[in-house]
Amino acid sequence: MSELEVVAPRRARLVLPRGGALGGTLLSLAALILFNLVATPHFISLQTLYVNLTQVTTIVIVAVGMTMVIATGGIDLSVGSLMAISGALAPLIFAGHLLGVGPGPLADGLAFVVPVLVAMLFGSFNGWLIARFRIQPIVATLVLFIAGRGIAQVMTNGNLQAFHNVAFHTLGLGRVLGVPIQVWLMAAIVGIATWVIARTLYGRQLLAVGGNEAAASLAGLPVARIKILVYAISGLLSGIAGLIVIAINSSSDANLVGLGMELDAIAAVAVGGTALTGGRASIIGTLLGALIIQLLRYTLLSHGIPDAAALVVKAAVILVAVYIQQVRRAP
Amino acid sequence: MSDEILLSMAGIAKSFSGIMALKDASLTVAAGEVLALIGQNGAGKSTLIKVLTGALPRDRGTVRFEGAPVAFRTPQDAQTGGIATIYQEINLVPLRSVAENIFLGREPRRWGLIDWRRMHAEAAQLLAQFDVRVDVRQPLNQFNTATQQMVAIARAIGQQARLVVMDEPTSSLDDHEVAVLFDVIRQLKARGIGVIFVSHRLDELYAVCDRVTVMRDGMTVADQPMAGITKLELVAAMLGRSLAEVQQFGATAFDEDFAPRPTKIIEVRGLKSAPRVAAVDIEVREGEIVGLAGLLGSGRTETARAIFGIDRTQAGTIKLGGHETGFRNAQDAIRAGIGFCSEDRKVEGIVPDMSVRDNLTLALLPQLTRHGVIDQVRQREIVDRLIKRLGIRLASADQKIRELSGGNQQKVLLARWLCMQPKLLILDEPTRGIDVAAKAEIQGLIRELARGGLGVLMISSELEELTEGCHRVTVLRDGRSVAAFDHAEATEHGIMTAMAHGPAEVAHVGA
Repeated sequence: MSELEVVAPRRARLVLPRGGALGGTLLSLAALILFNLVATPHFISLQTLYVNLTQVTTIVIVAVGMTMVIATGGIDLSVGSLMAISGALAPLIFAGHLLGVGPGPLADGLAFVVPVLVAMLFGSFNGWLIARFRIQPIVATLVLFIAGRGIAQVMTNGNLQAFHNVAFHTLGLGRVLGVPIQVWLMAAIVGIATWVIARTLYGRQLLAVGGNEAAASLAGLPVARIKILVYAISGLLSGIAGLIVIAINSSSDANLVGLGMELDAIAAVAVGGTALTGGRASIIGTLLGALIIQLLRYTLLSHGIPDAAALVVKAAVILVAVYIQQVRRAP
Repeated sequence: MSDEILLSMAGIAKSFSGIMALKDASLTVAAGEVLALIGQNGAGKSTLIKVLTGALPRDRGTVRFEGAPVAFRTPQDAQTGGIATIYQEINLVPLRSVAENIFLGREPRRWGLIDWRRMHAEAAQLLAQFDVRVDVRQPLNQFNTATQQMVAIARAIGQQARLVVMDEPTSSLDDHEVAVLFDVIRQLKARGIGVIFVSHRLDELYAVCDRVTVMRDGMTVADQPMAGITKLELVAAMLGRSLAEVQQFGATAFDEDFAPRPTKIIEVRGLKSAPRVAAVDIEVREGEIVGLAGLLGSGRTETARAIFGIDRTQAGTIKLGGHETGFRNAQDAIRAGIGFCSEDRKVEGIVPDMSVRDNLTLALLPQLTRHGVIDQVRQREIVDRLIKRLGIRLASADQKIRELSGGNQQKVLLARWLCMQPKLLILDEPTRGIDVAAKAEIQGLIRELARGGLGVLMISSELEELTEGCHRVTVLRDGRSVAAFDHAEATEHGIMTAMAHGPAEVAHVGA
């Protein structure tokens, strides 16, 4: 009796998409903005907007990958560590320590491409563990969550690498049409991911695997390949986010890059209305969720709330946001 | 049976996003009465029961239980109030013991700790009342569905239920288990407990029910003593047609002059797939419907899974179109032109949160894709065509498939394979848990497809479906094919004998 019985009407009816889940997220965001308009001085300024946008990009980029992973019914705890690896690799490469290519445009190019590919490779390793050995995603990705940061620290001997590199400086601080480059990058990634979910074969198959893996497998879907790819994508996006973080800071600290990112990303996905049980993915919801988390952080900071207390408030607001979208989603 | 009214529901209405699932439904149950609740899929039975047990809120109408108006907010609420529901899928805790399941949430205590001795004794005693004698300390999942159902009933009785709702309790039971269940129902009746019995098997109703309530399109359309209504009249009421119409078209006549072509599609010899399949021989020709019979555990489903490449095979040959093949996985089998509808729609069939459109094209999608992008125009065309052709009833193809009734879900799953234009379709219990009308439609559809040249291998537990709807029937017992019958010689008795005793007194195959 677990399926609803619905009497079909004589004429087909237009079924409106249920905006309920997203509505809750929007509502939370609106409430936060409203609060800031009233309570935070100088909230309406381009400065505030840029600060928030710049800081939110890495969460959004990682959370997009996380959304896709969660849509398959999995989770990826290794994203922060993969950011650290990618962030540690890039300076080693453009300084010529690693690949033997002396400083120059070629080294700069490699410093962008190689760390991202390495992060993607580590992501595929996650997927391989999960698909091939059927290890639960939370356990499989815990491996690199722990080991990944260690690898990054070993590569850099645990030292902070400060650098001056024009290309990375541009990525960190450059603007196109007045908008930071990273924000363009984020927008592109959000756009592509939304399109992939909505329009491509891979998007459908991703949701099918998360919605009912047994059914997907019987319908001939290459379940293992789909899963490995999704963790690879999550790794790739983490790699990009790692580069952005070091570019903004003009330095790379393997102990700090991406620290705690997995939780921010998961929170953004949850607040954004993607069910952690899989089978659904709302990239736009995740974007809004990340904005909420960022704005929250900004609000607490600009009101001088101590870090310890801020964490509790953050948790409480996340809880409320998730609650609102649960209520909205219920029939 | 006493005349005291136990439950009355009147004028119940309920709609989901603008679609009326219940318009004006009513029913009454007296103490000690067994009420049959029937109707086609989508008629609103399940919704009505969910309204009763508080799983869904109602929009309108009144519910009175033991004389007082009630509005349960959750199934737990209803249970505390004296209404227990036994679902088709047992919702107990599989890994806990039988006793723990019976007493879940109200364990007998002694000095703050669970009094295990008393709990085991009382659980055994409760079950003994229904002639179920099992070790109550064993985990529940050690037992078959029938026993688990008894445990669910014992749990309900232990909680002083005055009304027990059974939602298709017999759909996964064999004949003997059904008989045991009916004894239990009679005992409940004798104690003055009311029973609402939802079933698609009309024959059963006469064996155990006192009265019948028929629903159609969200309304109660008939309410009569069971003794005063014939099976045909019931079907007519469910379909909303006249008796004459049903008599004319209702019978499942097999078209004798439609014969399979001689070309073999698949030929399976000595198939072995541990642990259930030992030595199975099967062949299916073009345009032929081959039935696969056998008791639960005889290896029917496992045979299908082995052919489809999901389970490993250890021995035997599979010839497809004359060439020996073997599939490493479902993808291989699908590429070779085979489709497989699993017996468990929910667990292995539908992707519940996806639209009907995406569910229907799940297997076809790679062929509708150019450079990784779905050709939505073609997808729409194909989906619309199949919805029309199979008569799938829905509000929109964008609807989530879980919102459809069981029969319509099954049609979508059939369509998922039909759009692949397969050569061979393996159907595992294609009509299980589906109402009479949808069942006839699906059986008709299978025949029509076979006439078009499709080979069908159909696993079924329903003897009627096998004797009347198949060109040939192969019987499995303990993982071996022990008999095969042509349509002309297939009788229910013959098949049953082969299922139970093997080849001793029936035609022998592949000796």
